[in-house]
Amino acid sequence: MYVAVKGGERAIENAHAWLAEERRGDLSIDSLTVPQIREQLSLAVNRVMAEGSLFDPDLAALAIKQARGDLIEAIFLIRAYRTTLPRFGSSAPIETGKMACDRRISATFKDLPGGQVLGPTFDYTHRLLDFKLAADGEVPEGPTAPATGADVPHVTEFLNQEGLIEDALPDDTTPRDLTREPLELPADRSVRLQALARADEGFTLSMAYSTQRGYARNHAFVGELRIGTVPVEMEIPELGFSIEIGEIAVTECETVNQFKGSKTEPPQFTRGYGLVFGQTERKAISMALVDRALRWEELGEDFEGAPAQDAEFVLYHADNIQATGFLEHIKLPHYVDFQSELELVRKLRREATARTQQEAAE
Amino acid sequence: METATLTGGFASPPIDAARAFRAIMEAMARPGTLHDLDGCTPPAPLAPATGAVILTLCDADTPIYLAGNVDCPDVRDWIAFHTGAPLTGPEHCMFAFGTWGDLMPLNRFPAGCAEYPDRSSTLVAQSEKLCPEGATLTGPGIQTQAQLSVPDPHLLQANHAQYPLGVDFIFTCGTQIAALPRSTEVN
Amino acid sequence: MTDQAYNFAYLDEQTKRMIRRAILKGLAVPGYQVPFASREMPMPYGWGTGGVQVSAAVLTPEDRFKVIDQGADDTTNAVSIRSFFERTANVETTTKTEDATVIQTRHRIPEVALSEGQILVYQVPIPEPLRFLEPRESETRKMHSLEEYGLMHVKLYEDISRHGHIATAYAYPVTVEARYVMDPSPIPKFDNPKLGDNPAIQLFGAGREQRIYALPPYTKVVSLDFEDHPFDPSKADHPCGLCGAENSYLDEVITDDAGGRMFVCSDTDYCEDRQASGHRGKDAA
Repeated sequence: MYVAVKGGERAIENAHAWLAEERRGDLSIDSLTVPQIREQLSLAVNRVMAEGSLFDPDLAALAIKQARGDLIEAIFLIRAYRTTLPRFGSSAPIETGKMACDRRISATFKDLPGGQVLGPTFDYTHRLLDFKLAADGEVPEGPTAPATGADVPHVTEFLNQEGLIEDALPDDTTPRDLTREPLELPADRSVRLQALARADEGFTLSMAYSTQRGYARNHAFVGELRIGTVPVEMEIPELGFSIEIGEIAVTECETVNQFKGSKTEPPQFTRGYGLVFGQTERKAISMALVDRALRWEELGEDFEGAPAQDAEFVLYHADNIQATGFLEHIKLPHYVDFQSELELVRKLRREATARTQQEAAE
Repeated sequence: METATLTGGFASPPIDAARAFRAIMEAMARPGTLHDLDGCTPPAPLAPATGAVILTLCDADTPIYLAGNVDCPDVRDWIAFHTGAPLTGPEHCMFAFGTWGDLMPLNRFPAGCAEYPDRSSTLVAQSEKLCPEGATLTGPGIQTQAQLSVPDPHLLQANHAQYPLGVDFIFTCGTQIAALPRSTEVN
Repeated sequence: MTDQAYNFAYLDEQTKRMIRRAILKGLAVPGYQVPFASREMPMPYGWGTGGVQVSAAVLTPEDRFKVIDQGADDTTNAVSIRSFFERTANVETTTKTEDATVIQTRHRIPEVALSEGQILVYQVPIPEPLRFLEPRESETRKMHSLEEYGLMHVKLYEDISRHGHIATAYAYPVTVEARYVMDPSPIPKFDNPKLGDNPAIQLFGAGREQRIYALPPYTKVVSLDFEDHPFDPSKADHPCGLCGAENSYLDEVITDDAGGRMFVCSDTDYCEDRQASGHRGKDAA
């Protein structure tokens, strides 16, 4: 006799209990603390904040712990939490020109006002496993220098003074908010940048890389990459002025790209832009390259059919929470739809067999 | 600010709005049927059902147009306090409120566009009388036919003729509502 | 017990208003996909976030809520969604189709005819019926606006010339009120005849794709077909092994590794009801 499968509820509860045990791992090993994750896995924390679209290192660290280190799962936790938060208002645009830079490099000029500051980068480390870390080796204190406190000007401003790069004119229109409005096409640059800022790092990297290999190549130079903290200000209508409500760490990348010109306009360099929460420079550079590739239409370039030029393709597939949800949903039962296909295939095969037999008989 | 501005909203907004929405949805899904809609006491000349539509569907994201008598300081203040909905002209409104006569002419309201027919106004007409007699209604939501005391059937026909474009109507009277989406044919 | 940390039915009021406005426009233009600003829900996209948001926007404390996945109340994702609303909206739940006022479903329409006062909420993965013919949203939106559905007919006709039949067995496209071609969600085509002239309100929610659409009661819904190849809502040609039903949609269950199999109703409530009133199939105890 056949008894239908029951007990979904108990199965789910048991799975959750087992998951919790697996997350904790061997009980003889100390449990990770949220501050440990926040301080020592800070690049993971930054990625979760960036793609989760919520600047809160403690929550991001908690999410990483809860997600067993699965960063997309952690991003999902942050996103789901973020949507429940009330909105008190919008901040004023941050001024990256006033950034307290930890790192600031330009690939386009050997030296420039504000200087080249390598900062805490992996760039010139030799990728040799450091076995001292396995033995919990403590780190000697690094050398320091006093901060100058001066504003660090943007490289593109120098080019702009000579008219060598396209103008980036200030725009006071309120940008659309992808988290509160459905995505519609064509999407303006602010929508595209917003989507890219929270896009999956791997997807953005691959799209950017494809432009370098010739799929809508746009000859990007890193005009400037800067990482540091900026104050966030908010206008308080009752007070009539803005006040600083905190500061956030961001990575900004401005690329200087292939020039264009026409009969009426002299040749000019063009721009790509990336801005991401935290120290996330791979993502910021990728974002700038993809931003530039997506600008083909407004810059009067040809659509070459390259994936990175295709706003619909990029914007609809860049979000890892959407992608992973839909991808993984094929694990859910589909036996009703599968059964309907099964019946159809059986029917078509029966008919095909009958036809062949009839033909053979004739 | 007048006390009347601060009062008269839903007693328990999440629950009251959920119940009110079901009445509005049933009305829109079954054109011509009458439904009770209550739970708030808006300032005159708004009827309780009109007030409930405002509290249930309007907020800072929905520009609204107040036509004729309902465009008065009491109503403006009440809407501002309870919903934060910005006031606008008929050309840009998502919702419009007023008597049928004050809402005319219909062609000044957005009727949607071919790719986005949903971008059209919903007109909430407050009536003296609302009962299941008068014009004959047929279309989606109606099994065979329905009757509703609607004004100016020829204007409603012209609106339906634009389908899938067109505006949608909610009629209120005291604590009752009925609705007439653009999909309904009026005879 | 309601989880006090969250608003009634989880979503904040502003979000519910936005969804409610989209539902009303969907009812006003049956079969047209209304864009809505789908929120990130605490369950993954593709697992019913659209249906959950629509349910959250329509539920009242007086409702009796039923959730089915593949027709069954006890599949894990149905259990999970049901407990989400028990927790956040404090609604009564039921497995009885007749007792439910709101039914959220994935991939099935219940066997028992629905009635006025009921709402059927579908979870929709890909709301665009033309998507597999044209991947670009910008193009398919234009096609709907121009009522340009030739491509769909060409595809169905190619099936016929290759296989002798229309080779679509689920998510079989329909025309609504002679205007919009609509995806009925991946229900088996067996269920298509129940879409039209249904006394219940049918709402469709696609969370990831940010679309809501609707069928008011008694809407005219026609499955696409050709004069010489009429629509055929066929199903496995067996009675249910447990309750003996001849006209219900069946799941195929493999019972051993020697090719043994049986067919049982996919609608568990329907099947249990029939068994309780004495109907027996050949595999029943």
